[in-house]
Parts: sequence; C-alpha cells; structure tokens
Amino acid sequence: MPKNPNVKRVLVIGSGPIVIGQAAEFDYAGTQACRSLKEEGVEVILVNSNPATIMTDKDIADKVYIEPLTVKILEQIIEQEKPDSILPTLGGQAGLNLGMELEESGFLKAHGVTLLGTTAATIRNAEGRQEFKDLMERIGEPCAASLVVENVRDGVEFAGRIGYPVVLRPAYTLGGSGGGIASNQAELEEILENGLRLSRVGQVLVERCIAGWKEIEYEVMRDSAGNCITVCNMENIDPVGVHTGDSIVVAPSQTLSDKEYQMLRTSALNIIDELKITGGCNVQFALHPTSFEYCVIEVNPRVSRSSALASKATGYPIAKVAAKIALGYTLDEIKNAVTGKTYASFEPALDYCVVKIPRLPFDKFLTAKRTLTTQMKATGEVMSICDNFEGALMKAIRSLEQHVESLLSYDFSALSAEELKNRLKVVDDQRIWVIAEAVRKGVSYEEINEITKIDIWFIDKIAVLVEMEQALKTQELTPALLREAKRLEFPDNCIAGLTGRTEAEIKQLRQENGIRAVYRMVDTCAAEFEASTPYYYSVYGGENEDGQDVTVECPGRVAESGEARRKKVLVLGSGPIRIGQGIEFDYCSVHATWAFSKAGYETIIVNNNPETVSTDFDIADKLYFEPLTAEDVEAVVNRENPDGAVVQFGGQTAIKLTESLMKMGVPIWGTKAEDVDAAEDRELFDRILEQTGIPRAAGGTVYTAEEAKRVANTLGYPVLVRPSYVLGGQGMQIAISDREIEEFMEIINRIAQDHPILVDKYLQGKEIEVDAVCDGTEILIPGIMEHIERTGVHSGDSISVYPAHTIGRLVKEKIVEYTRRLALALHVKGLINIQFIAIGEDVYVIEVNPRSSRTVPYISKVTGIPIVDLAAGVIMGKTISELGYKPGLQPEAEYYAIKMPVFSFEKIRGAEISLGPEMKSTGECLGVAKTFNEALYKAFLGAGVNLPKYKNLIMTVKDADKGEAVEIGRRFERLGYTIYATRSTAAALNEAGVKARKVNKISQESPTIMDLILGHKIDLVIDTPTQGRDKSRDGFLIRRTSIETGVNVITAMDTARALVSSLENKESDGKLSLVDIASL
Amino acid sequence: MKAFLILEDGTVFEGTHIGVQKEVVSEIVFNTSMAGYLEVLTDPSYAGQAVCMTYPLIGNYGICREDMESLRAWPDAFLVRELSRVPSNFRSDCSIQEFLEENDVPGIAGIDTRALTRILREKGTMNGMITTNQDYDLTGILPVLKAYTTGNVVERVTCREKYVVKPAESLAENGPLSGAARFDRKAYESGAREIRPSLVRELNGTGLRVALMDFGAKKNIARSLAERGCEVTVFPAFTPAEEVIAMGPDGIMLSNGPGDPKECTAIIEEIKKLCATDIPVFAICLGHQLTALAHGCDTHKLKYGHRGGNHPVKDLADGRVYISSQNHGYVVDTDGLDPKVAVPAFINVNDGTNEGLSYTGKKIFTVQYHPEACPGPQDSRYLFDRFIDMMKGENCNA
Repeated sequence: MPKNPNVKRVLVIGSGPIVIGQAAEFDYAGTQACRSLKEEGVEVILVNSNPATIMTDKDIADKVYIEPLTVKILEQIIEQEKPDSILPTLGGQAGLNLGMELEESGFLKAHGVTLLGTTAATIRNAEGRQEFKDLMERIGEPCAASLVVENVRDGVEFAGRIGYPVVLRPAYTLGGSGGGIASNQAELEEILENGLRLSRVGQVLVERCIAGWKEIEYEVMRDSAGNCITVCNMENIDPVGVHTGDSIVVAPSQTLSDKEYQMLRTSALNIIDELKITGGCNVQFALHPTSFEYCVIEVNPRVSRSSALASKATGYPIAKVAAKIALGYTLDEIKNAVTGKTYASFEPALDYCVVKIPRLPFDKFLTAKRTLTTQMKATGEVMSICDNFEGALMKAIRSLEQHVESLLSYDFSALSAEELKNRLKVVDDQRIWVIAEAVRKGVSYEEINEITKIDIWFIDKIAVLVEMEQALKTQELTPALLREAKRLEFPDNCIAGLTGRTEAEIKQLRQENGIRAVYRMVDTCAAEFEASTPYYYSVYGGENEDGQDVTVECPGRVAESGEARRKKVLVLGSGPIRIGQGIEFDYCSVHATWAFSKAGYETIIVNNNPETVSTDFDIADKLYFEPLTAEDVEAVVNRENPDGAVVQFGGQTAIKLTESLMKMGVPIWGTKAEDVDAAEDRELFDRILEQTGIPRAAGGTVYTAEEAKRVANTLGYPVLVRPSYVLGGQGMQIAISDREIEEFMEIINRIAQDHPILVDKYLQGKEIEVDAVCDGTEILIPGIMEHIERTGVHSGDSISVYPAHTIGRLVKEKIVEYTRRLALALHVKGLINIQFIAIGEDVYVIEVNPRSSRTVPYISKVTGIPIVDLAAGVIMGKTISELGYKPGLQPEAEYYAIKMPVFSFEKIRGAEISLGPEMKSTGECLGVAKTFNEALYKAFLGAGVNLPKYKNLIMTVKDADKGEAVEIGRRFERLGYTIYATRSTAAALNEAGVKARKVNKISQESPTIMDLILGHKIDLVIDTPTQGRDKSRDGFLIRRTSIETGVNVITAMDTARALVSSLENKESDGKLSLVDIASL
Repeated sequence: MKAFLILEDGTVFEGTHIGVQKEVVSEIVFNTSMAGYLEVLTDPSYAGQAVCMTYPLIGNYGICREDMESLRAWPDAFLVRELSRVPSNFRSDCSIQEFLEENDVPGIAGIDTRALTRILREKGTMNGMITTNQDYDLTGILPVLKAYTTGNVVERVTCREKYVVKPAESLAENGPLSGAARFDRKAYESGAREIRPSLVRELNGTGLRVALMDFGAKKNIARSLAERGCEVTVFPAFTPAEEVIAMGPDGIMLSNGPGDPKECTAIIEEIKKLCATDIPVFAICLGHQLTALAHGCDTHKLKYGHRGGNHPVKDLADGRVYISSQNHGYVVDTDGLDPKVAVPAFINVNDGTNEGLSYTGKKIFTVQYHPEACPGPQDSRYLFDRFIDMMKGENCNA
C-alpha cells in the first residue's frame, strides 16, 4: 500500500522530561521518526517539553514547541497549527496518554485530526487491564489469574482467593510506577493504595505471582495490511520479578529451544494481529522454566525502551519503520536501510550476542534500597555486542563506569558459602557478583538456580569467567591462555592484576602474539547479504570484515581535484545516562558529529548507550558500539588511525579518556588536556585566578579527614566538600561541623581517589551560569543564565532563568569579562561552562568546566545560537567572526526561557529528596514565554506541578528560613490556601499574622503531619531541612511520604517563592502563549 | 584436539574438533536460524551437506529428542563458533556433543563462522573437508574437493517401508510440540502445570486420508496433517504412482528432501502420473521442484541457497508477506513459465526468486519453503488448512 496522500502535516508528541522509566530512548525514537517523516515530504510539528533533546531541534522538525505536555496546550497547538494527523506512539507512555485523552474527548475528531498508527481502540485494548485480559481470553492467549480493582477492599478479597504473593500493576503508569509484589495483606494494602492513586484511571491489576519464571520479550512490527514480523526476542537474565528495565537482558534468547521460541513468537504475532497494531509493539511473556506454560505479562502498543534496545541490537530501525507504516506503507515496500538490498519485511538474524545492563543510581542515593523490584529504578543502560556471552557481559560491565571491570570488582570474598546463599536471596544490582563469589566458593549451579531462579546456562557462563580468573591467577600466561582471556573480553588491566604483571606487559604480550580486537559489522542478516552499514563491534579471534579498511566515501560528495583524503575525527560519546550526565551530552556529541560531517570530515563515534541518537548507525560515518575505556578506544584508534579526537562534547566520560588518547598519539582537537587539568587542579587553577584577577571562595585541597578539618576550621564553617574530577557534584556536600567532615570524607574515600578533595568556604549568593565558545582570541556568550535557588543547590537541580533578570549591568559586565579572561587563560578552543556567585556587585567563580555542559542544548535552543556547531567550527580552525557571529555577549531575547529540573524520587525508595550540592534530578523541562511569571508557570506545569487541587499546604522550615516563610506563607494565604505548619513554623507564621494551623509531629499524638499527608488532601509540602545533611528522621519521613503519596515537595525557599509567583500570575482563562522555537 | 576446515578455494580454518573424530568431505552450507539446531541436524534435506550455523552459540538448550524431525542426524558435518558445555532446558536429554557422537557426525568449533559465511556468500556454496590431520596436504586435497559430488541422497533418506500416522481424534491429543499454547481455563484452575498447547484450532481434516511421498520428509509435515485430523500414509520415495493412487487418497503430499532435483528422474516420472489424476496435490521444497520439473519447468542452483528462519515470502494472491522457514539450494525457474501450466503463487521478497506455484486448472499447489516450520516461524501453517479445504473440495485460492 503506498503512502497515504492525505497526511501532509503531522503533530508528533514527544515524551517530556527524562524520568526513570522514560529516558533518552524516546529522543532516539522521536528523532528517527521525525527524520523519516520529513524524508517523505511530510511537515512535522513537534511538541516536547524537554529542551535537552535532539528531536526539539529545528533541523529535525519544521515547527518545534517546547511546551508543557498537557492536553490544554496540545489543543492550543492543534488549533493554531491545524495538523491533519497526530502521531502519539513515539513519545512513550506520556505521549500515548495525551493522544488518548485528545481522542477520547472528541477533540481530534472535531478538528479533523487523524490519529496515525495504532488506533485508539487498539491502545485501549492493549493498555486497559480488563480490556486486555478479555481480548487475550478471546484469542486463547494465557494471562496470569488476575483482577482489575478500583479499591483496596476488592484487591484484598481477590488476593485472598488466589493466594499470596500477588503482583500489583497500576494501569497507565510509567516504568511500573506504584507497582510491586505483596506477600501479605498489609503489604498489599500499602502498595495497592499507592498504585490506585498513581494510575491515570484509578485501576490496579492484582495478579497471580509468576515471579521466578523466565521473562522473555518480543519486539514486533505490523503494518496496515496485516503483515507481521518480530524484530528480535530478548531474554531477561533476571527472572520475572525484576522490572525488565532493571534486568540484565540478553538478545537473542539463549535458553529457549526452537519450540519455545516459536511458541512465544507465534503468540506475539497472534496478539499484535488481534490488537490490530500498526507500527511497533513490545510483548512481554513469562515462561514457566520447566513446562510450556506461559503468560502474557504486558503489551506496549508503541515504541519503548525495549524497542530502542532491539533496534540497536539488530540494526533494524524500528522507529523509522513505524513512522513509515503510520504513513500507510507496508513492510515489503520499505527498504532495509542496512543492506539496501532487502526489505523491512524480514526478521533480523543475529550472529552475535547482545547484553544490556541497567545503570542504577544507587551511587547517588546512598540511603536508597538497592533491591530491584517490578518498579524500575535505572536511569540508563549500556549495551555490548560480542560473539560470545561471557565477552558481551564483560564488555557491558566495564561500560557502566561504576568502577567495575570484572566479576571481581565487588568484593564478597569475606562471605562464607552459607552467607553467600543468604546474600543471593537479595535481588539487587550486585547479584551477578554474588553469584560469581558463590561459584568461587563452590556453591553448586543447582543451589544458585534454586535461590535466584536464574537459568543454569547463565550461571555456567559466570563460572566460565570465574575459571578464567583462576587460570590467570594460577597458570603460566601462555599466548593461548591470553588469547582465550581476551576472547572472553578480560581487559588488560584485569589480566595484569590477576597475573601479577603490569598492564603494559600484557599489552606487549598481546602485540607480540598478534592478539588484537577485530571488528565485525552489525548487518541484520548474519552475513547472508552484503551490507554497507558502518556499524561495528569488536571481538577477539577471527578477522576483520573485508573492505573495512577502505575509507567510506561521503555519499553525494564529489572529491575536488587534488583533494587529500578526508580527515578523520573521533567523537567520544558519553556512555550510559546517569544523574549528572544525561541526554544533553548526547545532544552535544551528535551536533558536533554533524558539524564535522558538514565540513567534510569523516566522523567516527564510539559509544555504548543503546538509548541514544548518537548510536544510530546513520549519524556518524562509522559507529563503534564499544565500552568507553582506554583499552577499547585504543583498539578503535589502532584500526581507524584518526587525525584527531574531540572529547569536550561527551561529558566526563570522554574527558577522562583525554590523557589516554594523547598517549596513543591521537591529537586532542580543541582545548588541550593540560588546560582541562588546569581547570580541575586546584593549585593550577588558583594560579590562573590570581593571574587574571578573578576572586573565588577561599579553600584548600586535602586527602584526609584531618587535613579537611584543619582547612575547614581555618575557613570557618559552613564549607563545601567535594572530590575533583566528578560530574553532577557527586559526593559534594555542605559541612557545618567537624563531625560532618569526617562523615563525608569517609563516603568520598570509599572509592579510591586519584585526585585530591576540595574544601571551600561556602558562599551564599545568586548563582549565575554561562556557556561560551572561545576561538582562542574572542569569546561568544549566547546568554547569561541565573539560578532561582541560592548557591548550595546543585546547578543541575536549580531552576535556571534566561535571560538573567535580577542582576545589574555591572555584574553582567564582570561576568562577561571574567569569562573572557578565563577562556583565554585556559586557552579554550571550543566550549567552556562557568558558574559564578554574585553577592551584591561582587562576582566569584565557583567552577570552570572547559567543555560542553548540561545547559548547552537549552541555551542553544532559546537563543537560536547553535553553540555546539560554533564550537566544532572553532575546533576546525575558524574564528567566531568567520563563522558569522559577532563575538561577545549576544543581545538578550525578548522572552524568558526557564529550565526546570525534574526528579524521579518516587521511583527510588528510601532516597533523600532534599536538594543540596549533589545533583539529584534526572531530567528537565522548559517554560518559554514573554513574561517571567508565565514562563515560570509553564516550567512548573511541564515538570508536573499542576496546582491547586485542594488549596492545602504544609510548611515546616528551619529557623533560618522562618522570615521568608512568613512572606511566602502570606502570598499562599492570599491565593486562598490553607496553611498547616509544625509547631515552631506555625508559631512564626501566626505571630506575623499569617494564619497557620498547627499540626503535630510524627512522634506526637494523632492526627499528625503524616496523617495529613496520607489523607490525600495536601497539594504541597514546603520543608527546608536544617543546614548540611539532615539527620532528622522526621524530616526524611515527611519528605519521603509526601513524594510517595504524590504530594509536591519543595525543599528550598527560593523554589517556593518562584512557585507562588507563578501561581499568582496564572492567567485566569488558562490560555498560555505558544512559542515556536524553530522560528527563533 | 585441533581440527581443520579446508575449502575448495584453498581457505583453511583452524578450530577444535567436535562430535566424532573422522575425516569428511562435503558441500558446506550455512544456516542463519538462531534456534532450532536439533531440527536442522535432523532435517533429511541436509543429507550430503555439512552445515555451518551462523549463530555463534549452539547447544545451549541441549538435545530434546522429541524435537527431532527424523530418527537421526543427517549432515555430514556440523560447524559452529562455540558449542555449549552445559545444556540447560527442562526437556534436554543429553548434550549436543553426546548427540553428535551418537549420530556419527564430526564437526569443528571455534572457527570464525562469520568469515566462512562471507566466503560462501561471495563465492557461492563450495565443497570442503573437515579433518583432524595436522599434516594435511593442500595440493592433494583441493582436486579431490573440487571433484566431489554427492548423489542418490533421496535414496538414503527415504523410509524403507510405508507406514501410517494416526490422526488426532481430539485437539487435546496435540502435544506441546506443535507450538503455541492454548489456554485451557479448566485445566489451569485445577492447577495443571502442563497446558495442552496446539497451533491447531479445529480438527478440519477428520476423515481425510493423505498419501505423503517421503523424499526425506520432516516429521512435522505428517504431524501437521495428523493433528488436524487427517490420516497420513507415508510412502517410500520410489513407490510407483499406481500403488499410491490405488490407496485412494483424498490428497497427495510431496515432501521436502535433499539434493539436486534433476537427479530424481524416476521420481519425476511417477509425479507426472500422480498429477495426471484429479487428486489434490500439495508439495513442499524438493516436492515443489520435482512437480515443476514434471510439468516441463526448469530448476537451477542458487549461489548459496536460502537456509534460515527469516526469509519473507509474499503470497501473490493477497499480497500478504509471511516470514518463512527455508532450506533449499535449488530453485524453480519461472522465466518463460507457461501460465497455462502454472503461475507463480509466492515469491521471495528479498531476491524475487520463486517460492511457490499454483497449477492452472488443477488442484495442485506447491511451495519452496517450509510451512511445517521446525525450525523457524509457524506463519505459513495456514497452507495445511488450504490443502485440507482443497481436499474437501471447498473454495480455495489455489
């Protein structure tokens, strides 16, 4: 069926801010789909509140609205832009829910807008718990015994009938929010109540527990003619019970015979056919490990995290094909972009094995429970490809960047076999390391399987790795043994450690024996057809693909006479998405790559994150899907021999590789490594500040707690303690006493520190941030950003305002001048990010990062100045003027653009939510408007703060904040809010004439503050913890309970003030102005 | 122990020996299925060939004997990247190494199977030798390899005597082997663990008697008919047509099988006679090629064949595309096909080669691929229902 000619203008809904359960994969899917739509001549109108995405670039869509994702705003956009169709299946659950609401209300029909791809009826059938069950029953596909309940009583009754444990799954939520396994009635009541509240439709499925069964997923595609294919299947190493987003996953399935494989494949196709899905779909099964019994767990009628993984694992571009299907094409009409010879109507055949490991945020949330459940907790993931499972596992482990490089990295050797067996009962992110230790201690495969339900095949593979450790420790390191160790992807430094040699010796031994990584192509067809995709992975043993040494010529580019070989540039990606290093760095890497391509360079990307745009095989000329360690990158360098590398776009991941790249003889293009060091090295940096006459907070560098205390006492408390060379303020704390110094130093030093720890005087003032481009002589600042929160809150967690609106001309001039001086002193070529504190008219430097930053995509979009492209241009030798820009601070825009952090606290049980110097947000959204207050309102709205519902708020603030509490309380009172407050806060408020009802503390008699929060009548809790780390169990409990019951919590007075301002100015008719970013 | 694969173009791969230790010369082919190695090993169509699996991890779920498509393994040798040392599946009876030994199949592991596949793709299917003799002499071996041909393979694989496969009398008899689970609420609620699954939704073939010509038939062909209620009589390949016709079957099924179809001159003569009757005929793979030859068409050898579970075929009647299980080195030539004799009914979406014919004015339809799956996708199982409809004289597309 050819393309539907009626589709000319399509509104694509993005997925909004990055939260746990909905991450970069939707930027990847959305970007791929938009490009695919544009390729077909369709006009694309995009709406997404997330400014850090590539999909919100003006070269991806024709019109770009970075607006809050609410029904009202979408309606306004539809009225204004008059699209003929809407595509909601690419924006994750958030996008799908919005599309459904628009359809259900009749708005789409009234405005003549067609829902493209899968129909609303289909989505209802797939997502509505009861509808889905009925449908499965009709076609004879099994589901676990279950009941959809809308109240706790029914749930308790049903669970009593089918027996505990039961699984609870709220309908229409992300990443399984609010779900869980209940082993008894008390647990059931707790989880169920929470789930009912989180579900968009107030429904929760209570289901027979199938924990311990194999969890298998199929990615399926279907077109409007009914043609169905499966792109790939995946097996979760962690059996049912752990959310697939938190599971280690392998593709294709390893322990299924063809009978089981085909049984589930046929079932998946039956389901997608019955649901009449048009596009991509994910079907999850639970398969009984010792019979053919299976259950359909869930169907996602849209592209998902799993489909991004499947796309990268197979080379099959699911989102692109889904977009074409939405336009009316059938699978046999869509060319397979990888082979260029075959069509989309085939199933990829893999001749390798893919392993995905989730990136969990427990290094950020030390108090959080590490246990893995049906509630997803991972912020990102890594993928690796190898021709054997052990190798793929080893590569994925070292891709995590969590100081792990082998199965020895978490040390459980102190535990006895019996203790290990007990430890194995804990399902957490360290389970495979515990299994490895159990194998070392001689616990049998059967026993491990009995406890963990992990298939024996996987346990044996872990055992293979353990045996290799043993062999390396005890045997002579012959070339044969080394070859086998490398086949299993033991890194050189690990082999060195086990054999008692140096890494250099191992490398030399490899070179002498010709043991080297060779590169294979991901070609979708197991080499059956010739493919031209430059998508590679490494293996040891075997040979390179033929023709791979030939430089891929840029298509459509005619070589000029006498033109030399195209210069090759290596772009290092930023690895897995984690708090502090998110999608922004993928944005920077991709834009840099495009800029180099445009200038005629051959581009090579190395990255390991399957969720990102940068790992799409048509972004760079060549993609190497590899861990970002020195050894792995060196193997790529040996093969490609790049003329230079850029590291400033890939966050700390790339920056950390600078020194190694230089040792390999690869020139670092842009800012030199020693200058990057100068910004991080306290002494060097102090010297530069002195030379350039820029003030900064006093401080010192230390290694031990004793030194730290000495420095702190000289400076006077409070002080800021942080390790150097970290991202997202990891391990950064404000200390107010010697005792806290001791505590923080102990935490920081748990991980071996190569670099000193910084102790600075904590200054409180306005925090200002700039991103700038420097060409060696001139700088360009697209705009100055000001944080709403005072210093002390990590910049990534602060509300950021462009243009800076409360600082004067003099301060701005100082900032521009300091930026210029610093950029020049550090010989910056490319990007630099600087954070300042302004106290009155004084400006101090807090931190300088001579590289791309989190705010780069935001400031680029809101100013319309593509600073990554400019930075790439500068790196290639152009000046800012030659690139067509006037140096200096660019004129301010006539509107406000406010970046709001978004958190995922409700997903991580036990995490402390109060803001501080360590970053905790997972994503961000943007509010753009003519006035400050409207922009602020939109930013809050985009972040999901939609007030009021009940007009009730609770205030409990520390003494220092009481004055501000009065002012803010008064303003809330004027808006008609009822204020509840704890004893001293209530006293302060009442004394100042702000009416506040006193509530009891948790320890006092009922009704307490907790009863109030649990009563679900509260909109907002303003709770500012005491300085430094809040030790109060009460405060922690209040904040956690609020978050887990869906109450907004604000922990900084500045944020509270911003919120009340935005509420005061909320326009009465609710109509908000819309801004097309592409037109800026 | 070291083993070597020597190709007729002089390429040598070094690996480790698996299976039994013996030297063997054979035609080397590759299969891209990611699961189903046992079904591949026991598919009689591989007689006379050595099979290389492109998926690198083989043997993971051991050997589940009930999945065997015939009574033994047929390939001359088995070539893999890595053979699993631990089989893991609740049905596994033994390891793949034990199975290879038991079936006298030699093999090689640890070779770069992707490089081998690329060679076969570029240069076409070729002969090779697997040996554990480290002192092999290339100059002596290569001419032998080039000259090697296999012949009379159908004779090797067909059954010696005819036998009957009993029809299923109820859907419940269809064991789990046939695929998709069918949810039985009663059994489920009574706590039964083994749900009786079946792909078959009704016994539409009850009362029908099918004659299956065994040219190397995979078990699941007879099983697919029997589980729909048909009684299947399996005849040796060289049974005279008269004897088959004398049985008075409602339909004739021509099976898959190994080798060059043109070598089967005697069988082609018998097929001519079978097709001259008005008994409905459904043919698969070799059966499809032989039927075409019996009607004056030609066949030729593909450069490297179609072997795997991911090939798309298009049903030209309605434009639907199905993912199919394939295993063939030869293909029917449709250039100059007389539409009065037959018209293409299916084509391969990838390379446009013929995947099935519908014979004009006759109740005969044939496919190049494998609707019986095993291994591979079960999408084309509807063809058995089409055959049953044809036997019942009901309206069908063929």
